[in-house]
Amino acid sequence: MDALLLSRWQFAITTVYHFLFVPVTLGLSIFVALLETCYVRTKRPAWKAACQKLVKFFGTLFVINFSMGVVTGIVQEFHFGMNWSEYSRFMGDIFGAPLALEALTAFFLESTMLGVWLFGWNRLSEKAHCLAIWLVAFASNLSAFWILVANSFMQHPVGYVLRNGRAEMSDFLALVTNPYVVGEYSHTFFSGMATAGFVVLAVSAWKVLHDAASRAAFRQSLMAGALFMFVGFLGAAGSGHLHTQYLAASNPMKLASMEALWETEDPAPFAIVASIDEQAHKNTSELKVPALFSFMLYNQPSGAVQGINDLQAAQESQYGPGDYRPDVTGLFWSFRFMVGIGGVMILLALAVFLLTWKGDPLRFPLLLRAIPWLLPLVYVVNSCGWYIAEAGRQPWIVVGLQKTADAVSPNLTGADVSLTMIVFTVVYLALAIVALGLAFRYIKHTAIPFEGRA
Amino acid sequence: MDLHVIWFVLIVVLFIGFFFLEGFDYGVGGLLPFLSQEDRDRSQILRTITPVWDGNEVWMITAGGALFASFPHVYATMFSTFYLALFLMLLALILRGVAFEFRGRREGRSWRRFWESCIVFGSVVPAILWGVAVTDLLRGLPIDASMVYTGGFFDLLSLYSVLGGLTFLFVFLFHGAAFLTLRLSEPRLVARARKLGRTVGGIAILLFVLCLWLTYVQTDLFTRPLAVIAILGAAVAFVLANLLLARAKDCGSFILSALAIALTTAAFFAGLFPRLMVSSLDPAYSLTITNASSSPYTLSIMTVVACIFVPIVLIYQIWAYHLFRGRITQKDAEDEY
Repeated sequence: MDALLLSRWQFAITTVYHFLFVPVTLGLSIFVALLETCYVRTKRPAWKAACQKLVKFFGTLFVINFSMGVVTGIVQEFHFGMNWSEYSRFMGDIFGAPLALEALTAFFLESTMLGVWLFGWNRLSEKAHCLAIWLVAFASNLSAFWILVANSFMQHPVGYVLRNGRAEMSDFLALVTNPYVVGEYSHTFFSGMATAGFVVLAVSAWKVLHDAASRAAFRQSLMAGALFMFVGFLGAAGSGHLHTQYLAASNPMKLASMEALWETEDPAPFAIVASIDEQAHKNTSELKVPALFSFMLYNQPSGAVQGINDLQAAQESQYGPGDYRPDVTGLFWSFRFMVGIGGVMILLALAVFLLTWKGDPLRFPLLLRAIPWLLPLVYVVNSCGWYIAEAGRQPWIVVGLQKTADAVSPNLTGADVSLTMIVFTVVYLALAIVALGLAFRYIKHTAIPFEGRA
Repeated sequence: MDLHVIWFVLIVVLFIGFFFLEGFDYGVGGLLPFLSQEDRDRSQILRTITPVWDGNEVWMITAGGALFASFPHVYATMFSTFYLALFLMLLALILRGVAFEFRGRREGRSWRRFWESCIVFGSVVPAILWGVAVTDLLRGLPIDASMVYTGGFFDLLSLYSVLGGLTFLFVFLFHGAAFLTLRLSEPRLVARARKLGRTVGGIAILLFVLCLWLTYVQTDLFTRPLAVIAILGAAVAFVLANLLLARAKDCGSFILSALAIALTTAAFFAGLFPRLMVSSLDPAYSLTITNASSSPYTLSIMTVVACIFVPIVLIYQIWAYHLFRGRITQKDAEDEY
């Protein structure tokens, strides 16, 4: 295999792996901050003690997860120069700024305050200590914002001019207020809440079921986690819906590929399932709801949606001969998986919240038992989301400006990249197993006694 | 002042911050197996850096990000040139990063020893690689007219660059030892750190001198007065740091070793200026602060950002160090968070 394909694989592996941890960091930092706020504010001594233990409990899961996110984040930053030097040359004038801003405004704050929070329990007042975790939460989410500003430029370039053989920034404000980033950021933010909420839910469900001494405390976090997760999934659905509507204008090729809509139609139907023939550029069979796709995009059962074949022809006339179609099959099914599972999760979160609120969750042992086994689904859903975002802009690395094939470092050999990719992947796998093992052990062996209700 | 020069200076500042802070982290990590065989001692030693190592590492990440934003061609050429070297460094940093987190989570000798060896590996390898990179950059690398590196991994290694790598390692080990004399509380551990510091410091002086001599022979650094002043100042500061450590003037020793690291970094960049990467094929192919930079617009935006946030970062990082001042005791190391 050549350096280009291998570099793409290496970046994809690192990105997917990195984003297993990122949403938990984004959401769990907020959850722990909220929990510590409860701890600081509560007047009931019994709950205060249990609440602090819960803060430390979820805080520990947070840092195990955080350390994995940090070490892979550095790999991401380095990859742009290591594997994608021509991209860095062409885009550096624009792309470097948000990365530097992330480090300066967010990552410094996040890592410094996390150290302060972890080791500062006895050195700070309760309120100051609580402020530290809020700063961690703020900085984590600010960091995501800058990264998504950078990513949004790749999806939908704004505020630039082509000059001196490269893209140069002409409007910083346009870059930061790219409408694309609104959709990407809100969707990522709520996905973080949803993922972290589900992690809290799964851990709490297990503890409620298996650890009688800690049951009362984890019943509280079960309810809180369900609510957090519900808000997260609901927000993710809403922001995802609005972002999809926006795609009709900003990236119709990605949109049409998500729906495997080959020909322009008015009104456009929504295919629930389809058998896609990418070679013939059509679907051999499909089960579809008439006009639903137009309705989803325009809030009315009419309106044309451009098809892949027309868009391909239009792009060929604009950019010259070439294949401008992304991986239609992968996008189609990723989108269905993401929306389908996400929808079910909204109901699951709501159900668990109501059942726990109304009475003893132990009335439903089967549900509690099933929840931890469903947890991997949310990770798959997150990966599907990023697959749609990143595979959906191929063959471009920056839509309309530079192709992925032109972005790779010219001095790399296939052997170089094979070596690094294999070693990175093996190390990632080994570390994931160790981190999971540590988390399981910690969850199993940590008891949080608590008498009565909060 | 010219924006390109401002950004050159800012990059120098970021690298000084990085080498000063991560220097003692790497040093503590590298000295770990020689300081004590006792698990409880090692927990105390590591506790001196666990609250701060991540914040320190962000100096490197910021230096990388700032290089990307201000001199994208340097970022592109440098990172692709050092592809396999950076891969090794990333591997080391990944293992070191998780090791700080994982080590204390289980008892058991083999568990602890395994992650300690990751910390040693993750501290020693980056220290050496940065030395290799710095000497390679001073001497020049085969970079062609389109700013692309034309050599392979082994072209990065020479007597000079290996010596550079070892010099960095031993200077950082000394820096770490001086840091530990200020942060540990048990007298026998402090004495041990001081004794080790004197040993590695002696080796570091020897390597430093050899490295200076090869720098004189192989690079044009000594044709630049500012660089000469800085590097000689660094040498003097480092020798004095060693003398002070031997007299148990730990604080002075640490300050001087920090000064030596800062001056060495400054000398390195002064030796390059206005170049950032030297081409050994043709001086015209070198990457400079003008031909490798971002547009004036991006530079001016980033200048405003840097002028606001670098001081803020400094304030809260100094506050964090102030919060964790005081020597680490057995109790600190045992306190679970």
